[in-house]
Amino acid sequence: MAGKLTLAYFLSGGCGGCDMAIVDLSETLVDVLPRLEVVFWAPTVADVKYKELEAMPDKSIDVGLYSGMVRLGEQEHIAKVMRAKCKVLVAWGACAALGGIPGMGNMHTREEIFKTAYFDTYSTDNPDGITPQTRCVVDGKYELTLPEFYEYVRPLHHVVDVDYFVGGCPPHHSFVAEAISAVLEGKLPPPGSWITGGKAVCDICRRNPALRGEEREPITAVKRTIEGVPAEGKCLLQEGYLCLGPVTQGDCKALCPKVNIPCRGCGGPIPGVKDFGLRAIGAIAASLANEELVDQIPSPVKLFYRYSLPASMLGRKVK
Amino acid sequence: MSRIGVYVCHCGENIAGAVDVEEVRKYAETLPGVVVARDYLFMCSDPGQELIKQDIRDGLVDRVVVAACTPRTHEPIFRKAVENGGLNKYFFEMANIRDQDSWPHWHDREGATAKAKKLVASAVAKVALLEPLEDRYVDVTRSSLVIGGGVAGMFAALDLANMGYKVYLVEKNPSIGGNMAKLDKTFPTNDCSACILTPIMVQVGTHPNIELLTYSEVESVEGSIGNFKVKVRKKQTYVDWDRCTGCGDCVEACPARVPNEFNEGMDKRKAIYIEFPQAVPKRAVLDIEHCINCAKRAIGTEPRIHSKTGEPILAPCEKACKTGACDRSKPYNPDGEIMELSVGTIIVATGYKVMDKTPFKEYSPQSPNVITAMQLERILSATGPTEGELRRPSDGEKPRTIVFISCVGSRDKNHHTYCSKVCCMYMLKEARLIKEKYPNINIYIFFIDVRTAGKDFEEYYNYCRGLGIKMIRGRVGAVDELAGDRLRVRAYDVDLGVPVELEADLVVLATAIEPAPGLEELGRKLGITCGSEGFMKELHTKLYPVETPVKGIYIAGCAQGPKDIPESVSQARAASSAAAVPLAMGRVLVEPLISEVDQEKCSGCGICVPLCPYLAISMVEYREKPLSRINEALCAGCGVCAAACPSGAITLHGYTSAQIHAQIEALTAGIGGGANV
Repeated sequence: MAGKLTLAYFLSGGCGGCDMAIVDLSETLVDVLPRLEVVFWAPTVADVKYKELEAMPDKSIDVGLYSGMVRLGEQEHIAKVMRAKCKVLVAWGACAALGGIPGMGNMHTREEIFKTAYFDTYSTDNPDGITPQTRCVVDGKYELTLPEFYEYVRPLHHVVDVDYFVGGCPPHHSFVAEAISAVLEGKLPPPGSWITGGKAVCDICRRNPALRGEEREPITAVKRTIEGVPAEGKCLLQEGYLCLGPVTQGDCKALCPKVNIPCRGCGGPIPGVKDFGLRAIGAIAASLANEELVDQIPSPVKLFYRYSLPASMLGRKVK
Repeated sequence: MSRIGVYVCHCGENIAGAVDVEEVRKYAETLPGVVVARDYLFMCSDPGQELIKQDIRDGLVDRVVVAACTPRTHEPIFRKAVENGGLNKYFFEMANIRDQDSWPHWHDREGATAKAKKLVASAVAKVALLEPLEDRYVDVTRSSLVIGGGVAGMFAALDLANMGYKVYLVEKNPSIGGNMAKLDKTFPTNDCSACILTPIMVQVGTHPNIELLTYSEVESVEGSIGNFKVKVRKKQTYVDWDRCTGCGDCVEACPARVPNEFNEGMDKRKAIYIEFPQAVPKRAVLDIEHCINCAKRAIGTEPRIHSKTGEPILAPCEKACKTGACDRSKPYNPDGEIMELSVGTIIVATGYKVMDKTPFKEYSPQSPNVITAMQLERILSATGPTEGELRRPSDGEKPRTIVFISCVGSRDKNHHTYCSKVCCMYMLKEARLIKEKYPNINIYIFFIDVRTAGKDFEEYYNYCRGLGIKMIRGRVGAVDELAGDRLRVRAYDVDLGVPVELEADLVVLATAIEPAPGLEELGRKLGITCGSEGFMKELHTKLYPVETPVKGIYIAGCAQGPKDIPESVSQARAASSAAAVPLAMGRVLVEPLISEVDQEKCSGCGICVPLCPYLAISMVEYREKPLSRINEALCAGCGVCAAACPSGAITLHGYTSAQIHAQIEALTAGIGGGANV
C-alpha cells in the first residue's frame, strides 16, 4: 500500500474501552503509527471537529473505526458522515457490532428509561419534571440543542452499511493488532464479514473437556459466579456456570474462563449464526440435564442477549 | 435461478371442497422462481404424475412442489416421479393442504384458501434452496431381538430363527410361556394349552439360533433400523444357572412362602422357586425380597462354623442342592448383569395382563369366592392350586351354582372403553369345560352382547347353549356376601324386563385385558407411543398392522391390542416376516436427510456429543484438534445436534437453517408489520 493509510475513529455510544484497547497496543502502536495517519479521532484522542470531518471529500479516508452503538441523533449523523467519507467502515467492538451492554436498554421503552433516570432515582431533584429536549431557549435568546434520544438502541449496521465487524468488549489488544494489520495489509474477508478467527472460545479454552480427553456431560446445576469455586481446569459450563464460550468467537484467547469467569459472549456470534442469543439458548438448553433447571436461569434475556439484543430477532421491547 | 413447478391437487373433493384450487394455482404462478403452476384432480394418479414428469422432460422445471395430501403416505410416490422425470428426487417439496388445511378448515373456504397459499409459498421458498442428495445404504446386523416370551414372542422368534437369523428372546419372568402357559384349555377346539404350548417352548429353548434371556428386561435401546444397540438387564437369580438342573430340591427345602403369581395368588410358592412345572428353562430363582436368610446366611457372607462339628452351617436350600448351584457365599450383584446386544430389528410382543378384581367394589372382591376368569383357569388346570379339581377357594367345596359376569372393566367408561375381545369366548369355554364334566352344576352367564365373531366361534356358542348353560342379557348390579360362603347376584334381565336375583357359590369376573405393566415405559425407550388405552400403536391400522412408527421395530400380539391365540400367532408370524425383510436384504436404505459437521467451522466444544440419541457423534482428531464427527450410518436425521450447535457448524441436510428460515419468512410474510425473522 503506497503512502500512509488514513484512519478515522469515532467513539459513539460506547464507554471508551475500545479506544483504550487500541492504546493498549503500546509498543505495537509505535510500530504501526508511522504507517497510519489519523485524520479524525473524536472525542477522545485528536482535536478534530465534526465540521472538519464533514468537509472532507467523500471516500477520502481509507478506514473508519466506529465504536459504540447508536442511541442519539448525533451518533446517527456521524455514522452517516463516516460512511460517506470512509472507504472501509468497521463496526469496532461489541456495541457497534451488536448493540452491546447499552443495548440491554432495549428491554425498556424510552419513557421507562427517562422515568428512572429523571424522576425515580434518589439523587434526582427534578421538581419541574423536565426530560431531555432537542431544543431549548435560555434567557429568551440563546437557543441550545441536544441530540435526539431515540426510542431504542441500534447496532451500526442498522443505520448504515458496514464493511466489517469486530467483536469484543473491548476487542482484546492482541486481536486489535491482528485486525489492524489485516486492514493495513488488505488481508480482509469479503465485505459484510466479521474479522475473526471464526472459532469459538471452546476451541482455545483449556477447560474444554474435549481438549482434556474427557467426555462432555450434561449440566446438572445452574450456578452464579458468586456460588462456590469452579473446579480447577474443569469446564465452567459443565460445572453449571453458564458460560457462553461455545457460542462466542474466541479471538480473546479464552481470557475470562482462564480466570474462572464464564464467557459472557462479548466476542459475538460465530460467522453464519444469525442470532447469538437464540443459538446460546439452543446450545445451553440442550445441555441441561433436566427441564427444571431452565427455571433457575435468572433473567435469560439479559444473560443470553447481554451484548446482542439490538442486533437480534427480538430487537427491542415493542410495548 | 431455479425453475419451480407447482402442482395443486384437488384430491377429488378432499381439497377442492374447502380450498379454491384455481385461486391457489394462480397465486403460485406469482411466487418467485415459479415458472409453471398446474392443478389436477388426483396428482397421485398416473396422469397426475405424468404432468410432473413431462414438465421435467421438457426442461420446463427443475424443482417441484406438490400441494396435496400428507408426505407421510405420498412423498415417496412424488419423489419417484421426480426421479423418473430425470431430476434428483430431493428437488421436491410437499405442501400438505389437505390434512393441515382443507380437512381442519372445512367450513372456512376463504381461510382455507388463504392458508393453502401460505403453505404453498413456504414450500416454494424452501424448494428453491434444496440441494441434490444421494440415497445411502447401511449394513444390517443380521440378528433380531424379540421382547416377550409368550406365544406371540415365541412364534416370532422361532420363525426368524428358522430363517437362519440369530434371535435374542428377552422374557421378564424366569420362564417363557407367557399367559398361555396358565390356561387350561383353549377355544374353539378345547385342546390342552400346555399340551400344545410345551413343545413350542422346548423348540424355542433348544433352537441353536435362539439365545434365551429369561428373567431379563430391556434397559435401553439406541440406534436405528439395521443397527440397534440394546442393553438388557439380566436380573439376579442368586442361583448359578450353569449348574442348576431344575430338580427342585431347593424348592422343597425352602421354608419361606409367598403368594404364587403363576396361580394368580391362590396358593403359595417358596422364596426359591421354579415358575411352573413345564418351565423353560427349568431353573430355580431366588426371590430375594421374600428370602428369610435361614441360618443367617445372607447372600455374600461366609457361613458360620458349627462350634461342635466344625462344619459350616448352611441354609436349607444350599444343603439340598446337589450341584452347588445354590451357593449363598457368592457375592452376587443385586442389580444383576447388563448385556449389550447388537440387532438389526426388534419385535415387541410383551402381551397383556388381566385386570385385578379389587377395583370392582360392587362385586364384593373381598370374598374369596369372587374370582377372575384367569383364577378359574388356574383352578381348572391340572398344575393349578387344586390340581384341576373344581373347588371354591373359601372352603374347598365343589360349587353347585356358578355365575359368570362379562365385560368387567371392558366396555365401561369408568375403566376401559374397548372390548377385550376374548372374554365371551373364554367364559363360554370355561363354562363348557365345567358343564361337560359336572352336568349338575348350574351355570349362568350374564352378558351385554355375546361377541363370538371368529372361525367356529358361533358354533361353539350354540353348542354351549345346548349344554344348558344359561345366558342372561343384563348387567350385574351387585354381588353380596351371604352366610355360608354363598353369594347373591343381583341383576336386571333386559330381555324379560325384570330384576333377577341368584344365589351362587362361585362368581367369575371376566376382567378386562390390559397392556402388560411397563409397556408405556418400554415404548419410551423404543420411541413408540402408546394409545390412550395403553396399547402400542401400529403404523397403520389396516396397511401396516405390525409395523411401528420406528423403522425396524415391529409389534405382535396383545402389546398392540387384545386378541386371542390364533390372532396373536398370525400377527407374530407377520411381524417376524416383516422383521426378516431388512435382515434378508442385508442393507437398508437410509434417506440422506442426515446431519453433517463442517469441520472447518467446528470449534470442538463437544456440546453435540451427549445430545445425540443415536450415539452417532464422536470427537475425532482433525488437524491436531478433537472435532465433532457424525457417523452417517448411525445418524437418523433427528436434527438435535444441528439445533444445538453453537457454532452453526452442523447442517441437517434437507432442513438447513437457510431453508427453514425461508419457510418461516414465507409463512409469516405480512404478519406483525416488523421485519420478518
